[in-house]
Amino acid sequence: MASLKEMRNRIGSVKATQKITKALQMVAAAKLRRSQDAAQNARPYAERMASVIANLAAGVSGEGAPRLLVGTGSEQRHLIVVATSDRGLAGGFNSSIVRAARERIGRLINEGKDVRILTVGRKARDQLKRYDRSVAAFEAGGNPSLAVAEEVAAKIRELFDAGDVDVVTLFFSKFQSVVIQTPTGVQLIPAEVKTAAKPIDLKGAVYEYEPDEETILEELLPRNITTQLFSAMLENQAGFYAAQMTAMDNATRNAGDMISALTLQYNRSRQAQITKELIEIISGAEAL
Amino acid sequence: MAEAFKFELVSPARLVLSEVVDQVVVPGAEGYFTVLKGHAPFMSTIRPGVLQVTSQSGKVAKIFVAGGFADVSPAGLTVLAEQAIAAEELSAEVIAKQVADAEAGVASAKSDEAKRVAQEKLDHVKEAIAEISATGDDR
Repeated sequence: MASLKEMRNRIGSVKATQKITKALQMVAAAKLRRSQDAAQNARPYAERMASVIANLAAGVSGEGAPRLLVGTGSEQRHLIVVATSDRGLAGGFNSSIVRAARERIGRLINEGKDVRILTVGRKARDQLKRYDRSVAAFEAGGNPSLAVAEEVAAKIRELFDAGDVDVVTLFFSKFQSVVIQTPTGVQLIPAEVKTAAKPIDLKGAVYEYEPDEETILEELLPRNITTQLFSAMLENQAGFYAAQMTAMDNATRNAGDMISALTLQYNRSRQAQITKELIEIISGAEAL
Repeated sequence: MAEAFKFELVSPARLVLSEVVDQVVVPGAEGYFTVLKGHAPFMSTIRPGVLQVTSQSGKVAKIFVAGGFADVSPAGLTVLAEQAIAAEELSAEVIAKQVADAEAGVASAKSDEAKRVAQEKLDHVKEAIAEISATGDDR
């Protein structure tokens, strides 16, 4: 049985922890709103770009098509890009992204493919270290910035242009709501053309391009990679704060439960102590 | 008065503008072009320059865009800009950064071709800024 002083200390330390988790929860809640807005604001651009690409891709095929769209013709060498946050304390947020990536990596290795890994975010780097297949590791930084996305995209293109990779897949967590974030894999190269984008009714007119379709696509596709990375980072950021808020809310509640259990135990032993002392005094008096 | 059509300007960070306008002048890669209602379907890359948006009330807004794409479809005009800054928000600081970025692009260009492209971009940026600041005085 712990002494009363020890128990008092214990309660004090749990209370201190509760204060920290409570503060973290409130910070996460405040930041969540901002990052949620940022993620939503970035969606129109990504959507428009996808539909423009879908439009263009329908018209371009065969020999002249850019390799970023049709691929290298091989599927042997894969690059897995895993985007997580830099920090933890967000429940299973980062682990679930990494788990999804690991499943894919494991399957590709079993199929005898060459797999390389590029990580964005410290957590991904740490959790995927043991594969020892990393080609580059970036930090997600504080708020998602286009500059970081561009840097990562440049690295991916460099690898692709050098012929080191054939297929590039990006893993991140899609922010669906405050309680649901789904780890998702998106193929970056060859570009995934969304067929769901509705074809625009041209009323018999023919699209004109300036300079020409190939040139436009060649400019658009690299930018699309940057855009997808950027929106993945924004979604991650929003998801991260949502997960952190939930995790810290749970932690605060657990700390509360623990405090009341400990306080009850403390009071019981204190009363037992008092009773014991009283009995000693009374029996001492009776003996006289 | 011209008929109006739907115009959307989006940058990676947000939807900058979405409204019904009379006319938009776009700095296309191969020259400025004006979009009115009923323009034929058309797609073009754009260079750093100034978008001139004439709203239905006849007011002209100038917006600096740093490259991107313009897509004219029967549904309207969509401009995907890498960066879009309204002329009023274009401070000396922002201008200096744009020029510095473009200059860095020239300096870091590896091949002659890349250098030429970067130099062209720098010229366009300077030209656009000159245009905006020139009109800024008589406002």
